[in-house]
Amino acid sequence: MSPESYVILAAVLFTIGTVGVLVRRNAIVVFMSIELMLNAANLAFVAFARMQGNLEGQVIAFFVMVVAAAEVVVGLAIIVAIYRSRRSASIDEPNLLKY
Amino acid sequence: MTEAGPSAAEAAVFWVCAVLAVTGGLGLILSRRAVHSALWVALTMISLAVLYLANAAPFLGMVQIIVYTGAVMMLFLFVLMVVGVDSSDSLVETLRGQRVVGILLAVGFGILLVLAIGTALSGVPAVGLDAANAEYGGNVEGIARLLFGEYLLAFEIVAGLLITAALGALVLAHRERWQPRRTQRQLSEERVRSGDQMVPLPAPGVYARHNAVDTPALLPDGSVAEISVPGPLRARGDLRPVDAAAVAETEVLASGRAALGPADHPVADDPGTSPGEPR
Repeated sequence: MSPESYVILAAVLFTIGTVGVLVRRNAIVVFMSIELMLNAANLAFVAFARMQGNLEGQVIAFFVMVVAAAEVVVGLAIIVAIYRSRRSASIDEPNLLKY
Repeated sequence: MTEAGPSAAEAAVFWVCAVLAVTGGLGLILSRRAVHSALWVALTMISLAVLYLANAAPFLGMVQIIVYTGAVMMLFLFVLMVVGVDSSDSLVETLRGQRVVGILLAVGFGILLVLAIGTALSGVPAVGLDAANAEYGGNVEGIARLLFGEYLLAFEIVAGLLITAALGALVLAHRERWQPRRTQRQLSEERVRSGDQMVPLPAPGVYARHNAVDTPALLPDGSVAEISVPGPLRARGDLRPVDAAAVAETEVLASGRAALGPADHPVADDPGTSPGEPR
């Protein structure tokens, strides 16, 4: 199995994540779609590491995982804070800055 | 045939896990309830972990399982519990045609991406990680060598980022109490003054055949007491339908009680008597 097919799978997963971000309204589902896109990028990194024959791609994927974990913690806390004040987890609701 | 064995096995692993991962991704964007989406994403994460293992990255595969399926997805599920399981998507489109345009753009982007990758990478020889993994005695040792050597500064900055994120989550999730805590006396006085529900809510109906909390209690006239079912179940519309046999039994009991009329001796104190039987 050539690493090329892994990269193509990563592209497909990234596209699915993009559809999720563009189409879904629930903030948590949008957030999970972003996680899917980060994971797709990680899969591409791992496949590239194997293609190039050095481990730096895996190290970068590890850093992506750490940053994604930090991002999830802060993002979910923001969602909870917004839910407390607006009683809604829909991304169409927070329109305070609109008018 | 020594070469065909591992590569055929890897192809099998790739196709099974690729199909599972794409299924999980599609389930994420197609399920109506956020909890189902979270479970589909967990499936995708696990298949990606297996794909990392197949790609000579055992350390990353384990980290993927521990960090993503173990920590991140469970955090998502906890937040779903806080935010409310019943918060499904609204179907009202605030921007007209946004859904169609979004899907079209994303599919076009995906086709572009796959075609570009296919043409750019076709025929590029794969070096393989066997030499790089063997250099320091294994995959974990090689990654440790890079992390604590070349990437030490980035590693320490990332550690600072993690601590900052934990503090930020504490600050964001913290709720300042603006008014003093209400005592039990004040709460009960408020409840009596508002007058809608002074006594505790009725318990869910428990029949001989169901003892789950989604079974509503029956009022004496055989109608359903909706407040006896917990609120989240009511919001999701998960009331168990009342079976006719139970209602008929209730009616028999009620008519038996009515036929008794003002009894000379109390029936409730007599366990041996069937209440439906007229005397």
